Amino acid sequence: MTTEQQSAAEDLPADVQSWIDQIRYEEEGEFPVEQGYVWTTCASVQNGNPLFWDARAAEEITAGPIAPPTMLSVWFRPHYWAPGRAKQSQPLQVHFDLKERLGLPEAVMTDNTIEFHEPVRVGDRLRTRQILRSVGPLKDTKLGKGRFWVIEVEYLNQKGELVGRESYTGLGYRRNA
Amino acid sequence: MSAASTRTLANVKEGDRLPELPIDVSATLVILGALASRDWRPMHHDRDFAINRNGVKDIFLNTPNQAAWFERYITDWTGPYGRLGRMKFRMKASVFPGDRMVFRGTVRNVGKDDVGCGWAELAIELAVGEKIVTQCDARVALPASEGDNPWRRKGAQWKP
Repeated sequence: MTTEQQSAAEDLPADVQSWIDQIRYEEEGEFPVEQGYVWTTCASVQNGNPLFWDARAAEEITAGPIAPPTMLSVWFRPHYWAPGRAKQSQPLQVHFDLKERLGLPEAVMTDNTIEFHEPVRVGDRLRTRQILRSVGPLKDTKLGKGRFWVIEVEYLNQKGELVGRESYTGLGYRRNA
Repeated sequence: MSAASTRTLANVKEGDRLPELPIDVSATLVILGALASRDWRPMHHDRDFAINRNGVKDIFLNTPNQAAWFERYITDWTGPYGRLGRMKFRMKASVFPGDRMVFRGTVRNVGKDDVGCGWAELAIELAVGEKIVTQCDARVALPASEGDNPWRRKGAQWKP
Protein backbone atom coordinates (compact mmCIF):
# COMPACT_ATOMS: atom_id res chain seq x y z
CA MET A 1 0.00 0.00 0.00
CA THR A 2 1.29 3.48 -0.82
CA THR A 3 1.79 6.25 1.74
CA GLU A 4 -1.09 8.17 0.17
CA GLN A 5 -3.40 5.19 0.56
CA GLN A 6 -2.30 4.57 4.16
CA SER A 7 -3.02 8.17 5.18
CA ALA A 8 -6.29 8.06 3.27
CA ALA A 9 -7.26 4.95 5.16
CA GLU A 10 -6.91 6.93 8.38
CA ASP A 11 -9.86 9.16 7.48
CA LEU A 12 -12.09 6.11 7.10
CA PRO A 13 -14.56 4.87 9.70
CA ALA A 14 -12.78 2.53 12.13
CA ASP A 15 -14.79 -0.50 11.04
CA VAL A 16 -13.83 0.03 7.38
CA GLN A 17 -10.16 0.46 8.37
CA SER A 18 -10.37 -2.83 10.23
CA TRP A 19 -11.48 -4.62 7.02
CA ILE A 20 -8.20 -3.82 5.23
CA ASP A 21 -6.06 -6.94 4.72
CA GLN A 22 -8.63 -9.10 6.55
CA ILE A 23 -10.04 -12.24 4.94
CA ARG A 24 -13.83 -11.91 4.61
CA TYR A 25 -16.68 -13.85 3.02
CA GLU A 26 -14.84 -17.15 2.76
CA GLU A 27 -17.18 -19.62 1.08
CA GLU A 28 -17.23 -22.86 -0.88
CA GLY A 29 -18.76 -23.14 -4.36
CA GLU A 30 -22.17 -24.83 -4.51
CA PHE A 31 -20.97 -27.62 -6.81
CA PRO A 32 -17.73 -29.27 -7.96
CA VAL A 33 -15.92 -28.26 -11.14
CA GLU A 34 -17.81 -30.11 -13.86
CA GLN A 35 -16.77 -31.36 -17.28
CA GLY A 36 -20.09 -30.41 -18.92
CA TYR A 37 -19.57 -26.73 -18.24
CA VAL A 38 -16.00 -26.94 -19.52
CA TRP A 39 -17.31 -28.21 -22.87
CA THR A 40 -20.16 -25.67 -22.93
CA THR A 41 -17.69 -22.85 -22.35
CA CYS A 42 -15.26 -24.15 -24.97
CA ALA A 43 -18.15 -24.48 -27.44
CA SER A 44 -19.27 -20.92 -26.73
CA VAL A 45 -15.91 -19.57 -27.93
CA GLN A 46 -15.04 -22.38 -30.37
CA ASN A 47 -11.99 -23.30 -28.29
CA GLY A 48 -10.48 -26.50 -29.74
CA ASN A 49 -7.54 -26.71 -27.33
CA PRO A 50 -6.94 -30.48 -27.00
CA LEU A 51 -6.37 -30.07 -23.25
CA PHE A 52 -10.16 -29.83 -22.92
CA TRP A 53 -11.25 -32.37 -25.56
CA ASP A 54 -8.57 -35.05 -25.81
CA ALA A 55 -8.03 -37.16 -22.68
CA ARG A 56 -4.63 -38.37 -23.91
CA ALA A 57 -3.35 -34.84 -24.50
CA ALA A 58 -4.66 -33.77 -21.09
CA GLU A 59 -2.96 -36.73 -19.43
CA GLU A 60 0.34 -36.04 -21.18
CA ILE A 61 0.43 -32.27 -20.72
CA THR A 62 -1.55 -31.46 -17.56
CA ALA A 63 -1.61 -34.88 -15.81
CA GLY A 64 -5.37 -35.15 -16.35
CA PRO A 65 -8.32 -33.03 -17.39
CA ILE A 66 -8.38 -29.38 -16.35
CA ALA A 67 -10.80 -26.49 -16.82
CA PRO A 68 -9.91 -23.41 -18.89
CA PRO A 69 -8.18 -21.03 -16.47
CA THR A 70 -10.49 -18.14 -17.36
CA MET A 71 -13.47 -20.12 -15.99
CA LEU A 72 -12.30 -19.34 -12.45
CA SER A 73 -15.26 -17.18 -11.48
CA VAL A 74 -17.79 -19.46 -13.22
CA TRP A 75 -17.49 -22.00 -10.40
CA PHE A 76 -18.91 -19.46 -7.97
CA ARG A 77 -21.89 -18.39 -10.04
CA PRO A 78 -24.78 -20.52 -8.85
CA HIS A 79 -27.22 -22.34 -11.06
CA TYR A 80 -30.32 -20.27 -11.82
CA TRP A 81 -32.35 -22.33 -9.37
CA ALA A 82 -31.54 -24.81 -6.60
CA PRO A 83 -33.96 -26.66 -4.31
CA GLY A 84 -34.43 -24.97 -0.96
CA ARG A 85 -32.21 -22.01 -1.76
CA ALA A 86 -33.46 -18.99 0.17
CA LYS A 87 -30.94 -16.37 -0.87
CA GLN A 88 -28.18 -16.11 -3.41
CA SER A 89 -24.87 -14.79 -2.17
CA GLN A 90 -23.54 -11.75 -3.96
CA PRO A 91 -20.17 -11.92 -5.70
CA LEU A 92 -17.77 -9.22 -4.44
CA GLN A 93 -19.80 -8.54 -1.30
CA VAL A 94 -16.98 -6.35 0.08
CA HIS A 95 -17.57 -3.94 -2.81
CA PHE A 96 -21.26 -3.62 -1.89
CA ASP A 97 -20.40 -3.28 1.81
CA LEU A 98 -18.09 -0.35 1.00
CA LYS A 99 -20.72 1.40 -1.11
CA GLU A 100 -23.24 1.14 1.68
CA ARG A 101 -20.94 1.98 4.60
CA LEU A 102 -19.28 4.92 2.86
CA GLY A 103 -22.54 6.31 1.49
CA LEU A 104 -21.44 6.03 -2.15
CA PRO A 105 -24.47 4.74 -4.04
CA GLU A 106 -22.91 4.39 -7.50
CA ALA A 107 -19.90 2.31 -8.45
CA VAL A 108 -17.97 1.13 -11.47
CA MET A 109 -15.12 -1.32 -11.87
CA THR A 110 -12.19 0.27 -13.65
CA ASP A 111 -9.69 -2.56 -13.78
CA ASN A 112 -9.65 -6.34 -13.46
CA THR A 113 -6.49 -8.45 -13.26
CA ILE A 114 -6.55 -12.25 -13.01
CA GLU A 115 -3.56 -14.36 -11.97
CA PHE A 116 -3.69 -18.09 -12.63
CA HIS A 117 -1.94 -20.52 -10.28
CA GLU A 118 -2.53 -24.28 -9.79
CA PRO A 119 -4.69 -25.67 -12.63
CA VAL A 120 -8.36 -26.17 -11.76
CA ARG A 121 -9.27 -29.83 -12.24
CA VAL A 122 -12.57 -31.48 -12.99
CA GLY A 123 -14.01 -32.60 -9.63
CA ASP A 124 -12.25 -29.90 -7.60
CA ARG A 125 -14.24 -28.20 -4.84
CA LEU A 126 -13.14 -24.61 -4.84
CA ARG A 127 -13.55 -21.95 -2.22
CA THR A 128 -13.13 -18.23 -2.41
CA ARG A 129 -12.43 -15.36 -0.06
CA GLN A 130 -12.34 -11.59 -0.39
CA ILE A 131 -9.70 -9.23 0.94
CA LEU A 132 -9.95 -5.44 0.88
CA ARG A 133 -6.45 -4.17 0.10
CA SER A 134 -6.87 -0.41 0.04
CA VAL A 135 -9.33 2.47 0.06
CA GLY A 136 -8.15 5.79 -1.35
CA PRO A 137 -8.97 9.35 -0.29
CA LEU A 138 -12.20 11.09 -1.21
CA LYS A 139 -11.61 12.85 -4.54
CA ASP A 140 -13.44 14.55 -7.38
CA THR A 141 -13.75 12.39 -10.50
CA LYS A 142 -15.61 13.01 -13.75
CA LEU A 143 -18.40 10.75 -12.46
CA GLY A 144 -18.72 12.46 -9.08
CA LYS A 145 -17.04 12.63 -5.66
CA GLY A 146 -15.79 9.24 -4.57
CA ARG A 147 -13.07 6.84 -3.54
CA PHE A 148 -11.09 4.18 -5.36
CA TRP A 149 -10.65 0.83 -3.66
CA VAL A 150 -8.84 -2.41 -4.46
CA ILE A 151 -10.37 -5.78 -3.60
CA GLU A 152 -8.62 -9.10 -4.08
CA VAL A 153 -10.51 -12.34 -4.50
CA GLU A 154 -8.55 -15.53 -3.86
CA TYR A 155 -9.61 -18.94 -5.12
CA LEU A 156 -8.34 -22.12 -3.46
CA ASN A 157 -8.86 -25.81 -4.13
CA GLN A 158 -9.80 -28.52 -1.61
CA LYS A 159 -6.09 -29.00 -0.78
CA GLY A 160 -5.76 -25.34 0.17
CA GLU A 161 -3.66 -24.58 -2.93
CA LEU A 162 -4.11 -21.19 -4.54
CA VAL A 163 -5.67 -21.67 -7.99
CA GLY A 164 -6.14 -18.01 -8.83
CA ARG A 165 -6.33 -14.47 -7.63
CA GLU A 166 -8.36 -11.60 -9.04
CA SER A 167 -7.82 -7.97 -8.29
CA TYR A 168 -10.58 -5.44 -8.89
CA THR A 169 -10.20 -1.68 -8.74
CA GLY A 170 -13.56 -0.08 -8.02
CA LEU A 171 -14.67 3.52 -7.85
CA GLY A 172 -17.56 4.22 -5.47
CA TYR A 173 -19.06 7.67 -5.98
CA ARG A 174 -21.97 10.00 -5.52
CA ARG A 175 -23.16 11.68 -8.72
CA ASN A 176 -22.54 15.40 -9.03
CA ALA A 177 -25.79 17.32 -8.51
CA MET B 1 -4.99 -28.11 -33.39
CA SER B 2 -3.20 -31.17 -32.04
CA ALA B 3 -1.14 -31.84 -28.95
CA ALA B 4 1.93 -31.67 -31.18
CA SER B 5 1.35 -28.05 -32.26
CA THR B 6 3.46 -26.06 -29.87
CA ARG B 7 5.08 -22.66 -29.88
CA THR B 8 8.25 -22.43 -27.84
CA LEU B 9 10.10 -19.38 -26.54
CA ALA B 10 12.66 -19.77 -29.31
CA ASN B 11 9.92 -19.28 -31.97
CA VAL B 12 8.76 -15.94 -30.57
CA LYS B 13 10.23 -12.46 -30.64
CA GLU B 14 9.19 -8.98 -29.61
CA GLY B 15 7.02 -7.33 -32.26
CA ASP B 16 5.56 -10.59 -33.61
CA ARG B 17 1.90 -10.29 -34.51
CA LEU B 18 -0.66 -12.93 -33.69
CA PRO B 19 -2.96 -13.88 -36.59
CA GLU B 20 -6.20 -11.87 -36.62
CA LEU B 21 -9.32 -13.68 -35.53
CA PRO B 22 -12.58 -12.28 -36.94
CA ILE B 23 -15.87 -13.53 -35.46
CA ASP B 24 -19.38 -12.58 -36.59
CA VAL B 25 -21.44 -12.12 -33.44
CA SER B 26 -25.01 -13.42 -33.40
CA ALA B 27 -27.63 -13.28 -30.65
CA THR B 28 -27.10 -17.02 -30.20
CA LEU B 29 -23.39 -16.48 -29.58
CA VAL B 30 -24.08 -13.78 -26.95
CA ILE B 31 -26.67 -15.91 -25.14
CA LEU B 32 -24.56 -19.08 -25.34
CA GLY B 33 -21.63 -17.18 -23.82
CA ALA B 34 -23.75 -15.81 -20.97
CA LEU B 35 -25.28 -19.17 -20.13
CA ALA B 36 -21.92 -20.95 -20.39
CA SER B 37 -20.64 -18.60 -17.68
CA ARG B 38 -23.85 -18.89 -15.61
CA ASP B 39 -24.55 -15.21 -16.07
CA TRP B 40 -28.33 -14.98 -15.85
CA ARG B 41 -28.55 -11.19 -15.95
CA PRO B 42 -31.22 -10.22 -18.51
CA MET B 43 -29.12 -7.73 -20.48
CA HIS B 44 -27.23 -10.72 -21.90
CA HIS B 45 -30.31 -12.58 -23.21
CA ASP B 46 -33.36 -10.27 -23.18
CA ARG B 47 -33.29 -7.68 -25.97
CA ASP B 48 -36.29 -5.81 -24.60
CA PHE B 49 -34.62 -5.46 -21.19
CA ALA B 50 -31.29 -4.39 -22.75
CA ILE B 51 -32.94 -1.67 -24.84
CA ASN B 52 -35.60 -0.37 -22.47
CA ARG B 53 -33.94 -0.83 -19.08
CA ASN B 54 -30.23 -0.56 -19.86
CA GLY B 55 -30.58 1.93 -22.67
CA VAL B 56 -28.25 0.07 -25.01
CA LYS B 57 -29.00 -1.04 -28.56
CA ASP B 58 -29.21 -4.80 -27.94
CA ILE B 59 -28.05 -7.65 -25.70
CA PHE B 60 -24.27 -7.69 -25.38
CA LEU B 61 -21.34 -10.05 -24.69
CA ASN B 62 -20.65 -10.52 -20.96
CA THR B 63 -17.24 -10.10 -19.32
CA PRO B 64 -16.47 -13.73 -18.35
CA ASN B 65 -17.23 -14.85 -21.89
CA GLN B 66 -14.92 -12.16 -23.27
CA ALA B 67 -12.21 -13.60 -21.01
CA ALA B 68 -12.89 -17.03 -22.52
CA TRP B 69 -12.57 -15.56 -26.04
CA PHE B 70 -9.22 -13.99 -25.13
CA GLU B 71 -7.99 -17.29 -23.70
CA ARG B 72 -9.02 -19.12 -26.88
CA TYR B 73 -7.27 -16.49 -29.03
CA ILE B 74 -4.05 -16.81 -27.02
CA THR B 75 -3.94 -20.61 -26.87
CA ASP B 76 -4.81 -20.95 -30.57
CA TRP B 77 -1.48 -19.18 -31.03
CA THR B 78 0.58 -20.96 -28.34
CA GLY B 79 -0.78 -24.49 -28.65
CA PRO B 80 -1.71 -26.58 -25.61
CA TYR B 81 1.63 -26.17 -23.81
CA GLY B 82 0.96 -22.43 -23.49
CA ARG B 83 -0.07 -21.73 -19.88
CA LEU B 84 -1.79 -18.47 -19.03
CA GLY B 85 -0.22 -16.62 -16.14
CA ARG B 86 -2.07 -13.34 -16.00
CA MET B 87 -4.66 -11.24 -17.81
CA LYS B 88 -5.62 -7.63 -17.30
CA PHE B 89 -8.76 -6.17 -18.88
CA ARG B 90 -9.96 -2.74 -19.76
CA MET B 91 -13.44 -2.76 -21.25
CA LYS B 92 -14.43 0.38 -23.10
CA ALA B 93 -17.56 -0.51 -25.04
CA SER B 94 -19.93 -3.42 -25.68
CA VAL B 95 -20.12 -6.09 -28.38
CA PHE B 96 -23.59 -6.61 -29.88
CA PRO B 97 -25.25 -9.11 -32.26
CA GLY B 98 -24.52 -8.09 -35.83
CA ASP B 99 -21.02 -6.87 -34.94
CA ARG B 100 -17.94 -8.43 -36.49
CA MET B 101 -15.45 -8.56 -33.62
CA VAL B 102 -11.78 -8.90 -34.49
CA PHE B 103 -9.01 -10.00 -32.13
CA ARG B 104 -5.50 -8.68 -32.80
CA GLY B 105 -2.38 -9.21 -30.73
CA THR B 106 1.27 -8.24 -30.59
CA VAL B 107 4.16 -9.71 -28.62
CA ARG B 108 5.45 -6.95 -26.35
CA ASN B 109 8.21 -8.80 -24.57
CA VAL B 110 9.82 -12.24 -24.41
CA GLY B 111 12.09 -13.63 -21.72
CA LYS B 112 12.72 -15.96 -18.83
CA ASP B 113 12.06 -15.26 -15.16
CA ASP B 114 14.50 -16.02 -12.32
CA VAL B 115 13.29 -19.64 -12.07
CA GLY B 116 13.80 -20.26 -15.79
CA CYS B 117 10.18 -20.10 -16.90
CA GLY B 118 9.73 -18.68 -20.42
CA TRP B 119 7.18 -15.89 -20.81
CA ALA B 120 5.62 -13.93 -23.66
CA GLU B 121 3.89 -10.66 -22.79
CA LEU B 122 1.05 -9.92 -25.19
CA ALA B 123 -0.95 -6.78 -25.96
CA ILE B 124 -4.31 -7.84 -27.36
CA GLU B 125 -7.21 -5.79 -28.53
CA LEU B 126 -10.75 -6.66 -29.42
CA ALA B 127 -12.10 -4.29 -32.05
CA VAL B 128 -15.43 -3.73 -33.77
CA GLY B 129 -14.81 -1.76 -36.93
CA GLU B 130 -12.38 1.01 -36.07
CA LYS B 131 -13.31 0.99 -32.40
CA ILE B 132 -11.27 -0.87 -29.78
CA VAL B 133 -13.87 -2.22 -27.37
CA THR B 134 -11.61 -4.17 -24.98
CA GLN B 135 -7.88 -4.16 -24.32
CA CYS B 136 -6.19 -7.10 -22.67
CA ASP B 137 -2.60 -7.44 -21.48
CA ALA B 138 -1.69 -11.09 -21.05
CA ARG B 139 1.33 -13.02 -19.84
CA VAL B 140 1.59 -16.58 -21.11
CA ALA B 141 4.24 -19.17 -20.30
CA LEU B 142 5.79 -21.08 -23.20
CA PRO B 143 8.19 -24.03 -23.18
CA ALA B 144 11.62 -22.49 -22.60
CA SER B 145 13.35 -25.35 -24.38
CA GLU B 146 12.52 -28.64 -26.04
CA GLY B 147 10.91 -30.96 -23.51
CA ASP B 148 9.99 -28.15 -21.13
CA ASN B 149 6.36 -28.04 -20.01
CA PRO B 150 5.15 -24.93 -18.11
CA TRP B 151 2.17 -26.92 -16.75
CA ARG B 152 4.57 -28.96 -14.57
CA ARG B 153 5.61 -25.89 -12.60
CA LYS B 154 4.28 -25.60 -9.06
CA GLY B 155 4.79 -23.41 -6.01
CA ALA B 156 7.91 -21.25 -6.16
CA GLN B 157 8.63 -22.44 -9.72
CA TRP B 158 5.48 -20.69 -11.01
CA LYS B 159 5.50 -16.89 -10.86
CA PRO B 160 2.60 -15.58 -12.94
